[in-house]
Amino acid sequence: MPVRRLLIPLALLLALVASGCGQDEPAPTAAAPAPASRIVSLSPTATEMLFAIGAGGQVVAVDSNSNYPEEAPRTDLSAYQPNIEAIAGYKPDLVVYSDDPGELAAGLGKLSIPALQQPAATRLDDTYAQLDQLGRATGHQAEAAQLTATMRAEIEKIAAAARPERPLTYYHELDKNLYSATSKTFIGQLYAQLGMKNIADAADKEASGYPQLSAEYVIKADPDLIFLADTKCCGQSARTVAARDGWDQLTAVRSGDVVALDDDVASRWGPRVVDFLKTVAAKVQTLEPVGS
Amino acid sequence: MTVTERRPGHDIPVAPGPRPARLRAGPLLAACAVLAGAALLAVLVGPVRLDPWAVLVELAGRLPGVDTSSGLSDQEAAILWQLRLPRVVLGGLVGAMLALAGAAYQGVFRNPLADPYLLGAAAGAGLGATLAIAYGPGTSGWPVDLLPLAAFAGAVAGVAAAYALGRSGPARTTTSLILSGVAVAAFLTAIQTYVQQRESETLREVYGWILGRLTTAGWREVVLIVPYALVSTAAILLHGRLIDVLAVGDDEASSLGVRAARVRLVVVAAATLATAAAVAVSGLIGFVGIIVPHTIRLLAGSSHRLLAPLSLVAGAAFLILADLAARTVIAPAELPIGVVTAIVGAPFFALVLRGARRVP
Repeated sequence: MPVRRLLIPLALLLALVASGCGQDEPAPTAAAPAPASRIVSLSPTATEMLFAIGAGGQVVAVDSNSNYPEEAPRTDLSAYQPNIEAIAGYKPDLVVYSDDPGELAAGLGKLSIPALQQPAATRLDDTYAQLDQLGRATGHQAEAAQLTATMRAEIEKIAAAARPERPLTYYHELDKNLYSATSKTFIGQLYAQLGMKNIADAADKEASGYPQLSAEYVIKADPDLIFLADTKCCGQSARTVAARDGWDQLTAVRSGDVVALDDDVASRWGPRVVDFLKTVAAKVQTLEPVGS
Repeated sequence: MTVTERRPGHDIPVAPGPRPARLRAGPLLAACAVLAGAALLAVLVGPVRLDPWAVLVELAGRLPGVDTSSGLSDQEAAILWQLRLPRVVLGGLVGAMLALAGAAYQGVFRNPLADPYLLGAAAGAGLGATLAIAYGPGTSGWPVDLLPLAAFAGAVAGVAAAYALGRSGPARTTTSLILSGVAVAAFLTAIQTYVQQRESETLREVYGWILGRLTTAGWREVVLIVPYALVSTAAILLHGRLIDVLAVGDDEASSLGVRAARVRLVVVAAATLATAAAVAVSGLIGFVGIIVPHTIRLLAGSSHRLLAPLSLVAGAAFLILADLAARTVIAPAELPIGVVTAIVGAPFFALVLRGARRVP
């Protein structure tokens, strides 16, 4: 009797183990590691990329700032102060992150959790390379290749269509204290694709890429276009800009050429750079007759 | 920071005791001349080159009875009147308030390391600003900005909490007051850090505020700070002699008929008001409250009857010049003003210290 009672669970256990082994049968080879199926993303850009290449279903958790797309499994995980234990709690087989504020890579290494760093892109090619990398890691290589091809084509089309005769000057605002981004930065290169001229370039003597401009200089430079990338963070809008002391002198303010951007789209290097370029190009086109 | 309480009677005062000081006009006139020169230079020089002569004519044109045409374009006039001038005025006011508050704090606490942020004003303002940025309603349609008001309230609340805590214990000494300031500051900073962590979207704006905001200063900020500046200045200047008496220690001061605790409360309240107003419009600018009063002390003696007004004027001149450097050294980009005050201020202070050969 006792023996028979024991046999049933034993048989069940054996069956479980056997089925488990069965699933693992196409064992990962060195050449092609198994696609990650439990991904934790600590980078909002990587989150957007993963969903764009159809790997969203393999993502189990994203950090607190990954607010796009809507269906991303947003958690309290912080990318600024990553808690390795909390990350490990999701039992990830891949962690994608942008910056390592300290011990992230080392900590994940100790737990043998594979990690992939995708730092902020400095050129569009970095974006394509990162998409490709994520495609390979998740088994969505074909979708990634297709996405990069579409992006390249669209960006080429936008750039070809919206090249003004006279280069328009612009000011890209990162925050209320007049921090800006030069043409050397990722976002600045996108504007350059449209043949635009950045007023912050002359101000970047330390070559940081992100100088703080003085208000006097912005007024004097009198850019054709003002782009606000501080609408969500700092509540800026065409109206708040017009209300600033002395800014009513600006041509862009007077003619309504202050464009409110989505901070997130303007600060990430994912697939939505195409949306960003479309927004800017649409605005540039309304000004083209002036330039010609 | 070493904070040592000295028993009355064994006091080594910051100031070598109240000397029969009369308000000498000479040093004050000299300081005012320096301030006028600094202000004029700051108005004439900026990242955008304006013809100095045209600027002078434009300024003179606003005087009653003078009718001139400076030849400045509308754009240049806007740069002068709406950007450069308010920034110079505000820089002067903020510098004056911080230096005056620093002199007052050092006097009433008999501690050379006391600065305007000692009792939790900075931490309180930081928390107030952070809360306003993180949870405040959008105020783009409002006539006033919520941020400076919240920073002001935070600074005042921080110091009030430190004061209440410091006065509640059995040992009612200046040391317990300073220590409770340290505790309150640590507590408020912890909350601020927590809020920043939770609302990481606000990080950028919070840091922008902390680094100093003279960059975008306008007349609105000037109007905001002036009433507090006037009240605090009057209160501290009128208490100059009483602060001097405190230097001999509380017990001896009371034997001279001075109620030390009361004087300290009034002066701390006035200095806090000044600091809070400055912090509200400019963010956190360090060093001014320490360097300026000490320099004045070394150059002109330590009676607060002279020290307070001189610190006021010299603080204004110092911050105007620091801001001039901030906006011209790497023009048309800006340096954070706190960096300038530290880089320029620390070595300058060391020089004065060496030259004077006596420790404040």
